[in-house]
Amino acid sequence: MKPELLDALGRIVGPRWVRHRRAELATFTMDGLPTRESYPGVVVMPVSSAEVREVVRLLYRTGVPFVARGAGTGLSGGAVADPGTVLITLTRMNRVIQVDPVRRRAVVQPGAINARLSEAAAPYGLHYVPDPSSQAACTVGGNVAENAGGPHCLKYGVTTNHVVELEVVLPDATVVRLGSPHGDPWGPDLVGLFVGSEGMFGIATEIVVRLEPLPASVRTMLADFPTVRGASEAVSAVIAAGIVPAAMEMMDRACVAAVEASIYAAGYPTDAAAVLLVELDGNADAVEVEAATVTGILRERGAREVRSASTPADRARLWQGRKKAFGAMGRIAPDLAVQDAVVPRSVLPDIMDRIAEIRDRHRLSISNVFHAGDGNLHPNISFDRHDPELAERVGVACREIMAACVAAGGSITGEHGVGSDKIDYMPWIFDPETLAAMRAVRRAFDPAERANPGKVIPLHACREWRAAPGVE
Amino acid sequence: MSDDVVFGRLRALLGSSGVERDADGVPRATPETAEALSLVCRLAHEEGWKIRVEGHASWLAPDAPADLAVSTRALDQVLSVSPADLVATVQAGAPMESLRRRLAEEGMWLAIDPPGRPDRTLGSVAATGTAGPLRQGFGPVRDHVLGCTVATGDGRLVRAGGRVVKNVAGYDLTKLQVGGFGGFGIIAEVHLRLRALPRADVTLVAHGQRDALSSAARDLVAANLLPGALELLSPALAAEAVWVLAARFVGTDAAVQADVRRLGADSGLAWQPLPAEKTAAFWGLVARGSLGGPITLRLGVLGDGVDDTLDLVAHDLDEGLVSAGPGAGMIRWTGEGPVERLRALRRAAAAREIPMTLERAPWPVRRALGHFGAYREGVGQVVARLRDSFDPGKCLSVALEGAE
Repeated sequence: MKPELLDALGRIVGPRWVRHRRAELATFTMDGLPTRESYPGVVVMPVSSAEVREVVRLLYRTGVPFVARGAGTGLSGGAVADPGTVLITLTRMNRVIQVDPVRRRAVVQPGAINARLSEAAAPYGLHYVPDPSSQAACTVGGNVAENAGGPHCLKYGVTTNHVVELEVVLPDATVVRLGSPHGDPWGPDLVGLFVGSEGMFGIATEIVVRLEPLPASVRTMLADFPTVRGASEAVSAVIAAGIVPAAMEMMDRACVAAVEASIYAAGYPTDAAAVLLVELDGNADAVEVEAATVTGILRERGAREVRSASTPADRARLWQGRKKAFGAMGRIAPDLAVQDAVVPRSVLPDIMDRIAEIRDRHRLSISNVFHAGDGNLHPNISFDRHDPELAERVGVACREIMAACVAAGGSITGEHGVGSDKIDYMPWIFDPETLAAMRAVRRAFDPAERANPGKVIPLHACREWRAAPGVE
Repeated sequence: MSDDVVFGRLRALLGSSGVERDADGVPRATPETAEALSLVCRLAHEEGWKIRVEGHASWLAPDAPADLAVSTRALDQVLSVSPADLVATVQAGAPMESLRRRLAEEGMWLAIDPPGRPDRTLGSVAATGTAGPLRQGFGPVRDHVLGCTVATGDGRLVRAGGRVVKNVAGYDLTKLQVGGFGGFGIIAEVHLRLRALPRADVTLVAHGQRDALSSAARDLVAANLLPGALELLSPALAAEAVWVLAARFVGTDAAVQADVRRLGADSGLAWQPLPAEKTAAFWGLVARGSLGGPITLRLGVLGDGVDDTLDLVAHDLDEGLVSAGPGAGMIRWTGEGPVERLRALRRAAAAREIPMTLERAPWPVRRALGHFGAYREGVGQVVARLRDSFDPGKCLSVALEGAE
């Protein structure tokens, strides 16, 4: 990076918030994906919307590309920047600006941590629903970029269903407000379009979200099954009965073994082929009756034991293993390839068989933890990235798993995003015309394609599409 | 362009059964597949013809100026349903009522109850984003659409989203199409997220003064008693002497019974349950009520602003046929009024940070006001660039913004 640019950035945010020495940049070379590593040219840390705007204006004038980054917990290599690119880190913009308990809205800065938002709303009996496993560390801005999900999205929806308004700095430093803090948006649904755009349309500098009441009553049930198929069928049977649980999460034998061998041991039966967590919430009387129905369904489908918890402490214990599953897997090997794919719920048992076959053929250790209610799989491969032969086999297996999910009518990502990790898979699910339409939409926000360049859209696979006017 | 030339070219493209003339003699294409629809758009783009899109013409009048009309009427098939996954793929011209019956046969339910007639097409509902009272419990139309296939103004087929309930691959182009009023292309097929047919479906009504009912509705929401629908209806819309607040609970028997018990205990209103056999007719009346005048508006406003906003509307226009969801944050008004009054209302609403969308009106009103308009600063340019990328030849005869 040119010294003049560093100086100019320093004049905007203060020199101590511009990092450019190699040792300083080392923290920012990766996100949660272990297989993509790159040093950014410089890291700049604005503290306000105004500073973000000035930084973006400077980069617009000088034609320098940029990547916005939150806590760096993303799992698709989306927040990694190359040496020609400025990394704009938003973690200093971490305030929950306002909680409005009457309208059930909160206004936050993009660097606000997901769990802090729910804590700020809790005194009013409210919470922010999307709860990715990384919620203690990940930022709401990052959640917006990735359209993050979480276990409780089965009933309540993902990030896009909870964001109502955004202040966005476009790549030409124009500031726009999209959506509306009230019910209906202004004009076309540009908030819906922006959420999940992986930092390629601009930088959200203020986010207005919907808060939901904390449920009056919650019941968590844990069932263990002798077969994965039985557990999968139980998931479909519960939903077919007209019951929409707040969450339905499954872990396979390898995952349970990892959890039980770790400090997060939750008392899960290690001899079960699958453990299913079902959470019901709502009116206490209704939860009681529905819990009985669900218990009946689980037993019918072969559950050996169904444990049930209603108090916060008991529920936390049942959830602990699920929430800490990724951490527990860290014990097994230095690196973890956390995969993310979606299949129609009805093909879950077949896909599980297929993943086991791929695992055995490539001699790998795979544990599965997933949002069974919406068919969102997380096959996790433990490995050591410094073993090139092993890393190669992991790469091939990931590709085969993804191909199997796509062949079953699924998608290449349910909540982690495409980033740089899955860009090669995009042509598997989108034709050239559609990829080109995506690129054209991106250019409506960012004609010069300077925001998070090189992610999500494989340019070579796009059919030629008419550029927006005023481009080039 | 002479009608005969357009007619002849369309017939060459689609065959004689794929083209007809409407009452005014305008050639009307009735493609049966998404591919055929895109070919019609490509032809129009190449020739510089203006296209008007129609479903069953029961919501928006087919009155936009155009060289040809494209009707989705023959695109009326349910292409696939999966009860195990609770998803379906349906062509845009399928009427909502026949879709509802088809899904119910297999124990499934689409939780959208749009205003208008039961034969309104799915494409019309998706393109205009017109959710009904069930928006309270089940969200706006966009929450039910997993993906869609769209023919752009220049005849490309874009396949947005997918058929799974959770999916973040690529940009969410579906969101632009749902509620885009056809300005970004013509929806040919829709992937829908469904629910299991609810085991219980109970509606209760209370009568009274408007402000008392809207205050009671806010109290219910504040007490977290959240029905599937909670709708405030004006006397004219409900065909009653006074305002009506209607609460509809859908779900499992246990959940519905528990909520109905709480409603009786918590609220000071005299709630009367509707007999089961009258429930469908009641909500059908509410839906058709929005056709009681030539113009329908929706305003985005949360519960604490409903009374003031209704006063504002009554002041600039009249009380009209109102269906409002104080919890969901939307007022739908139907009636009649001059363009100047409507424009003044949009300005006054915008000053209060309340968006006003023109849902339906005769073409001269749509052209003058636009479905949207009064964009916030900087947004209009983004919308214009998006439109240009989906309809570079400006073939789609849609007034997203007014002609101010």
